[in-house]
Amino acid sequence: MFHNILAISWKETKVYFSTPAAYIIATVFLALTGYFFVQSISVALPEASLRQWAIASTAVFTLWAPVLTMRLLAEEQKLGTLELLMTSPVRDTEIVLGKYLATLIVLVSTLMITLFYVILLNWFGDPDMGPMFVGYLGLLLFGAATLSIGLFASSLSPNQIVSAVIGFGVLLMLTLIGQAAPLTEGVTAQVLSQISITNHFQDFARGIIDTHSVVYFVVLTVLMLFLTSRNLESRRWR
Amino acid sequence: MATNPQAMIEARELTKYYGDFVGVENVSFTIHKGEVVGLLGPNGSGKTTTMRMLTGFMPPTSGVCRIAGHDVLADSLDARRAIGYLPETVPLYTDMTVEDYLEFMGSIRGLDRDYLSRRINQVVDLCRLGTYRKSHIAKLSKGYRQRVGIAQAILHEPQVLIMDEPTIGIDPIQVVETRQLIKTLGEDHTILLSTHILPEVSLICQRVLIIHDGALVAEDTPANLAHRLRASDRVEAEIRGPGAAVMTALRAIPGVTNVTRTGEGDIATYNVDFRGDADPREAIGKLVIGNNWGLRKLNPLSMSLEEIFLRLTLSEEG
Ligand SMILES: Nc1ncnc2c1ncn2[C@@H]1O[C@H](COP(=O)(O)OP(=O)(O)O)[C@@H](O)[C@H]1O
Ligand SMILES: [Mg+2]
Repeated sequence: MFHNILAISWKETKVYFSTPAAYIIATVFLALTGYFFVQSISVALPEASLRQWAIASTAVFTLWAPVLTMRLLAEEQKLGTLELLMTSPVRDTEIVLGKYLATLIVLVSTLMITLFYVILLNWFGDPDMGPMFVGYLGLLLFGAATLSIGLFASSLSPNQIVSAVIGFGVLLMLTLIGQAAPLTEGVTAQVLSQISITNHFQDFARGIIDTHSVVYFVVLTVLMLFLTSRNLESRRWR
Repeated sequence: MATNPQAMIEARELTKYYGDFVGVENVSFTIHKGEVVGLLGPNGSGKTTTMRMLTGFMPPTSGVCRIAGHDVLADSLDARRAIGYLPETVPLYTDMTVEDYLEFMGSIRGLDRDYLSRRINQVVDLCRLGTYRKSHIAKLSKGYRQRVGIAQAILHEPQVLIMDEPTIGIDPIQVVETRQLIKTLGEDHTILLSTHILPEVSLICQRVLIIHDGALVAEDTPANLAHRLRASDRVEAEIRGPGAAVMTALRAIPGVTNVTRTGEGDIATYNVDFRGDADPREAIGKLVIGNNWGLRKLNPLSMSLEEIFLRLTLSEEG
């Protein structure tokens, strides 16, 4: 079981780190988040924290995750390599988890590079490291969820662009729902703000670990991976 | 576990509907250990559909298949472990090198490191990929990609090799080489390959399954099949004489099944079809002399294998 997942994620990770695409995406990610970082510390009252930066980063994830994941299953369908993968002694779940693990590796690597910002903050100021750690945990959970959504979108179409657009659309919807929540009342408002992906991130940005939100991200991720696996399985029945 | 240890591929009443459309219907056959069998049929006859069910890529609408005794649906992973598969379009990861690709294909089949690197050396030699080992697959010609496809299919020394149109779309020299390679593989593998080229099966296979419109219509050795199908042979005769009378006389020769005439006037060419065991050439000679006509040419025409094949599929259409 583990062996197959590792074999698949090793292959995908190698592709990520051997083609310019991932570097370009990572550079854009770092440049954008870097911009928000500079902006957040150069306001009149610079909070020695990554709070603003973290919130801005989630916006960047919304763009980044669909682009990073769009290739993973769309290309397999387009090249027809899915036929060989699905006739190898590998379970559909292992295919999905293997691909997903590779994106997590890229996510963690990229987040590690942003630790540079933390070092800068420590250099120039005296930030509270506790909330900073919580912020990173939030980014990790948020990123993991967005990547699972991107991977699911990638299973829906053999066209990478279509996959990216679907993934972006879903993420945008999950974000906008949070904005819409205050416009409604009662149960609807409650439900909408509970579904919203950005609302769940707010606590982390404030340095608070809310179990609700942790559960939300984990459930969302598992659900998406499950749907991806089911979608692969259903291709067999067409 | 295995119902018959010698039966490596068993298809029982395999049926696949695409919606209401019949892909294949009621296909049954058994392929025994060591056999090299051709699945022969024109485009759209259901070859790929059959192979996709055998390899577990898609389940049949109804029916059962077993590979090396393992049910493809119920015991899927074991069945898949026993198969090496070359799909029709030879799908490959174009951004990988040949070596990395083979390493990946070996690792998802659970081959351990030492064995895998030994096998990669072997299949690279066997498929003559040596010079391209470190090349990106995107840069390889179609013929070489085909070899990479075959290399991954035999990498894990599968008990059963399933190849969907292994010589389609590559240049003639590579076709000859690929056929030779398959013949070599046939010495120690059980192989099912599909093709729509009749001469190919007589070159490679010991047995042929002929599929047409989703149904198996014949099953035999290539030689027997050619013999059995030779319901009639043909001679071409150029005869000077009155057309209608010549036609009637030719038709009256025992064993002749059909006569057609081309050309007008006194001198015409007659195509005389006859049953395989009744050569009418001497009878035609006697007939012409007896009637005082002129025999200007008398040629046996052996029907091409393609023609026989066409006949077979046409005659089964009802
Ligand atoms: N995925 C599919 N959806 C609908 N029809 C299909 C599909 N795949 C094949 N067919 C149809 O099923 C028939 C058999 O196809 P196929 O097995 O590919 O034939 P072959 O490989 O002998 O050319 C064809 O008429 C084809 O159009
Ligand atoms: Mg086909």
